[in-house]
Amino acid sequence: MNRRPWVLGAVVCLVFLFLYAPIAWLAIASFNSSRSLSRISGFSLQWYAELADDTRVFASLQLTLQLALASAVISTVIGTLAAFGLRRAFPGRGLWTVLLSLPLVVPEVVMGVAMLGFFVKLAGVPLGFGALLFAHVAFSLSFVVVVVRSRVSGMDVRLEEAAADLGASPFVAFRTVTLPLVAPAVAAGAAFAFLLSFDDVVISSYLTGVGSTTLPVFVYAQASKRGISPEIVALSTLMVAATALLLIIGVGIASWRARRSGSAAKLAL
Amino acid sequence: MLRRWLKANALLAPTGLWLGFFLIAPLVVVVEFSFATRHTGIARAVLPWTVQAYRTALDPAFLPIFGRTLLYAGATTAACLLLGFPLAWFIARYGGRYRTALLAAVLIPFWSSYLARIYAWKALLDGEGLVNTVLGWVGLDRDGGFLLSDGAVVLGLTYGFLPFMVLPLYVACERFDVRLVEASYDLGHGRVSTFFRVVLPGVMSGVLAGSLLVLVPAAGDFVTPRLLGGVEQSTFGSVIDDQFRGGNNWPLGSAMAVLLLVLVVFLLVVRGRRGEDVL
Repeated sequence: MNRRPWVLGAVVCLVFLFLYAPIAWLAIASFNSSRSLSRISGFSLQWYAELADDTRVFASLQLTLQLALASAVISTVIGTLAAFGLRRAFPGRGLWTVLLSLPLVVPEVVMGVAMLGFFVKLAGVPLGFGALLFAHVAFSLSFVVVVVRSRVSGMDVRLEEAAADLGASPFVAFRTVTLPLVAPAVAAGAAFAFLLSFDDVVISSYLTGVGSTTLPVFVYAQASKRGISPEIVALSTLMVAATALLLIIGVGIASWRARRSGSAAKLAL
Repeated sequence: MLRRWLKANALLAPTGLWLGFFLIAPLVVVVEFSFATRHTGIARAVLPWTVQAYRTALDPAFLPIFGRTLLYAGATTAACLLLGFPLAWFIARYGGRYRTALLAAVLIPFWSSYLARIYAWKALLDGEGLVNTVLGWVGLDRDGGFLLSDGAVVLGLTYGFLPFMVLPLYVACERFDVRLVEASYDLGHGRVSTFFRVVLPGVMSGVLAGSLLVLVPAAGDFVTPRLLGGVEQSTFGSVIDDQFRGGNNWPLGSAMAVLLLVLVVFLLVVRGRRGEDVL
C-alpha cells in the first residue's frame, strides 16, 4: 500500500519553496548594491559594512539578546517544573490546562494593551527591561510547557521505577534517568522561548521605555517611517544563517551520537 | 491522593503565580477599563461604570472591520490547514530519521526577523517584484503588483502563522495509526471517503489545536495588515492598537479587546476536551 508518495512529495516541495523563497530573497537583497529590495542592481557588501558600524543597532541587539536569554532561562525553569506537575492526573488539571493555553490563543495586541494598562496603572513597574521581562516570560511559558509536556507524558514511568528498584535515590534517578530523557525537549522549549522573546514586536512595542528599545521595536519604528533598511535585511540574513548552522551542527551531533551508542540514545532523541 | 495533588500544585505554583500576576491581572484590568467612562492621564479608570464602550464597539460602523478581520483570520486558518496538513503528514509518515531535521527546516525561516519577512513579501509582491515579473512572462502580471490587497494580507498572515499549524498537526499525524487507512481501503472505501471518514477524524485534535493557535492570533494581528494591506485595511487588531497607542479611547480599545477574549473563551469551550493533549 505504501507506494511512493510522489504527489504528496511534490506538494511538500512547493510548501518548502513557499517557506524559503522570502528568506532566499532577503539573502540576495542583502548583497544588493542599491537600497531597493525589489530590484537587484549589483553585488556589494556595503550593507554589512554599515551594519558593523551602526552602534544603535548593536545597542538594541544587545538589550534584545539579554532580554531573550533571561526570559528563556526563567520560562524554561518554571515551565519545565509545570510540565512535570501536569504529568499525572489530579483534580484541577483541566483548569491548569486552560490557564496555560491562554497565552497561546489570546491575541498579542490584547496581551500588549492589557500589560500596558496594568504596568502603567500599578505605576510601580516602570516601562523598560523589567516590564518587558515579566511580559516575555508570561507569553513564552506556555510554549515551554507544551513542548516539555509532550515529552514527559510520552515517557515510560517504569524506567524511573527501575532506577529506584536498583537503589538510586530520587535525586540520582532524576539526574541519570529522567533528565537525559527530557533534555532534548527542554532544549527545544528553551530555544522556542528565546525565539519568541527575540522576535516579539507587538507586546514589546507597548512596554519599551526610553533607552530600552528592543531590536524588533526599533526596526518597526524605522520601517514604518521610511521602509526597512538594507542593514536590517543583512542582519536578518546573518541570523538565519547562524541558526541554520547551529541546527545543522545540532542535528549532526545528535545523529552521530545515535549511531555510536545505538538505541539507548535514540530514546533520548 | 492529597499528596499527589499537593505535589502537582507545588510544581505548578511558580507558573501559576507568574501568569496570575502578569497575564490574568492585566486582563482583569482591561475588563475594568472596558466599563469605564474614560481614562485620565495616569490611565486610571474613571467612574461611573457604563457599557457605552461596548455600544460603540458593536456599532454598525464597525461591521466592515469585523467582516474583514473574520475574512482574514478565516482564510489564513484555511490556507494554513491546506499547506500544513500535507507537510505534517509527510514528515510524520515518510520523514524517517530525518523527521527532526525536517521539522527544524520548517522553523528555520522564522528565526529571521518577523518584520524582515513581511518586507521580503512586500518586495516580492511589488510591481517590479519577482512574482509580478515571473507572472509577466506568461502574461498574468498586474499593474502595480499585488500589494495592498486582501490576498497579500492573507498570504503574509499564512506565512507568519504556518508553523503554529504544522507543529500540533504533526503531533496528531505521528500518533495516527496508519493501518486504519489500509483497513479502510480493504473495506472498500475510496481515497476521498477514507480521508474524510478515517484520516480527518483521526487527526482532528491536531486540526482543532492548530486552528485555535492560528485563528485568534491572526484576528488580532495588526502589523501584517498594516504593512501588506495599507492603511485602509484596518482590522480589529489595528483599531485596538489605535485606541491605545494614540491614547485616544482606552475604554473602547478595552471593550474590543474583551470581545476578542470572549471569542477565545468561546472557541476554547467549543473545543472542550478534544485535542487538549496536543496543545
